[in-house]
Amino acid sequence: MEIDPFIFRLSIFILSIFVGYYVVWSVTPSLHTPLMSVTNAISSVIIVGAIIAALSGNDGETFSISSIYGFLAIILAAVNIFGGFLVTQRMLAMYKKKKKDK
Amino acid sequence: MSANISAILYLISGVLFILALRGLSSPETSRQGNLFGIVGMIIAVTVTFLTVGNFTSGFIYVLIFLAIGGTIGAFIAYRIPMTAMPELVAGFHSLVGLAAVFVAISAFINPEAFNLGKPGNIKLASLIEMAIGAAVGAITFSGSVIAFLKLQGIMSGAPITFKGQHFLNALILLSIIILTFYLCKNQSSELFWLLIAVSFLIGFLIIIPIGGADMPVVISMLNSYSGWAAAGIGFTLENTALIITGALVGSSGAILSYIMCKGMNRSFFNVILGGFGATDQSGNKQTKEQRPVKSGNADDAAFLMKNASSVIIVPGYGMAVAQAQHALREMVDTLKKNDIKVSYAIHPVAGRMPGHMNVLLAEANVPYDEVFELEEINNDFANADVAFVIGANDVTNPVAKTDPQSPIYGMPVLDVEKCKSVLFVKRSLSPGYAGIDNDLFYKENTLMLFADAKKMTEDITKNL
Repeated sequence: MEIDPFIFRLSIFILSIFVGYYVVWSVTPSLHTPLMSVTNAISSVIIVGAIIAALSGNDGETFSISSIYGFLAIILAAVNIFGGFLVTQRMLAMYKKKKKDK
Repeated sequence: MSANISAILYLISGVLFILALRGLSSPETSRQGNLFGIVGMIIAVTVTFLTVGNFTSGFIYVLIFLAIGGTIGAFIAYRIPMTAMPELVAGFHSLVGLAAVFVAISAFINPEAFNLGKPGNIKLASLIEMAIGAAVGAITFSGSVIAFLKLQGIMSGAPITFKGQHFLNALILLSIIILTFYLCKNQSSELFWLLIAVSFLIGFLIIIPIGGADMPVVISMLNSYSGWAAAGIGFTLENTALIITGALVGSSGAILSYIMCKGMNRSFFNVILGGFGATDQSGNKQTKEQRPVKSGNADDAAFLMKNASSVIIVPGYGMAVAQAQHALREMVDTLKKNDIKVSYAIHPVAGRMPGHMNVLLAEANVPYDEVFELEEINNDFANADVAFVIGANDVTNPVAKTDPQSPIYGMPVLDVEKCKSVLFVKRSLSPGYAGIDNDLFYKENTLMLFADAKKMTEDITKNL
């Protein structure tokens, strides 16, 4: 009997939860704020779905009801992607070590 | 592009996201980690374009909207002050939630574009995944909007509670499950819209009873929800990158909520059910406020610190409100010139989001190896000469260790009172968020400095 592809996706999902669990526990507490902003940025990979939705219109029809939702989702996700990664970058640039020359 | 190649590329982008989080294990590797994240995102977006392969006028519009959103995001990222980071993160979470809802709606209206069947005859599994993605997304959206309004001060940070609240919430949650069930049965679009509306409502209702200082838990929780919403959509789209990311973000948010709850010695449900410290606190207040308090001015504080050999600074949310982090750093610089050892002690729930204080200190150019977590530094208070408490309150309250009656009993606190002397910068004697008096105010070795945190710090620096 063949295995439903859903089971494979479920396996990826469950294993990723465990990967996430161990990776996040190893994040140093002082970087918890950047952790939140970067997880926010990467969860905007939902833009993948938004792009598919936006380009779903049939020939000659760029704006159908379903593609309009896609375009709106693209704007929202893009704000998050750029905003999230850049603000993380900005924060991480501030973390400096004590100068050794003392 | 063939489906297998794109699946592999999505997998690679998922792995890059894991590496992005992995990088955050230390500040040195973190910047590289962020870069991995960006590369992962570029791969995912490019692969999607190539897979859809629709380079007509729609494609141009996608690029335009991408640019509009990107510009707004970049503008916000550069302009936002570091003290507003909790609001920013809450706002961003709401966008992820809403995006998930929009994608789910689009997939419901036009399932053919996603290979999910025909309108009115969508595959059962896809429908369930879609419903979960939309519901969790909607909860994330409305919950984050409320959290944002509370953090921004547009809405009062006080818990809003009413009779029958928990019953109502339970009823709504139950109705979400029932709606999902009937949606799967008859695929009616009315039910789909109703499901989304009800989910918006529950997100709103869950967050309004939660007070300001519990925001670290709320933000982490919403962070987790945004991940689960993404994962739900990932299952619908059969997209590995989304599934991996959703799982990562979901578990990351859950762990942060756990750490925050532990920092307050409260169970997750206790926080979520809300209404902290509002009930049993009226009885013994009058007697306590009669007790004598020693108060001093900047001159006294400067004198104490000048004669100290080690000083520990305890920052809290008040420092963020007063924007005092730069003034504080200047004060510390002056102290260091006088060969006084200075370190910073940070309680896990100081501020309004996990790691809030660390970011502010980093912004003020405080090296991160002078900043310590509660467990690392708590034993040092006994050997320090001066503890300088700026904007923190409940996290220093010794009552948490001594009085089993207290609502914060058992919460891990910083052992500030063990220092030879304590300088406590505060505007007034009013109790902190938990609504309880801080015993520390009345200790022999405590000197209260009643003033705005920033002004007081600047005055002390002048007097040093």
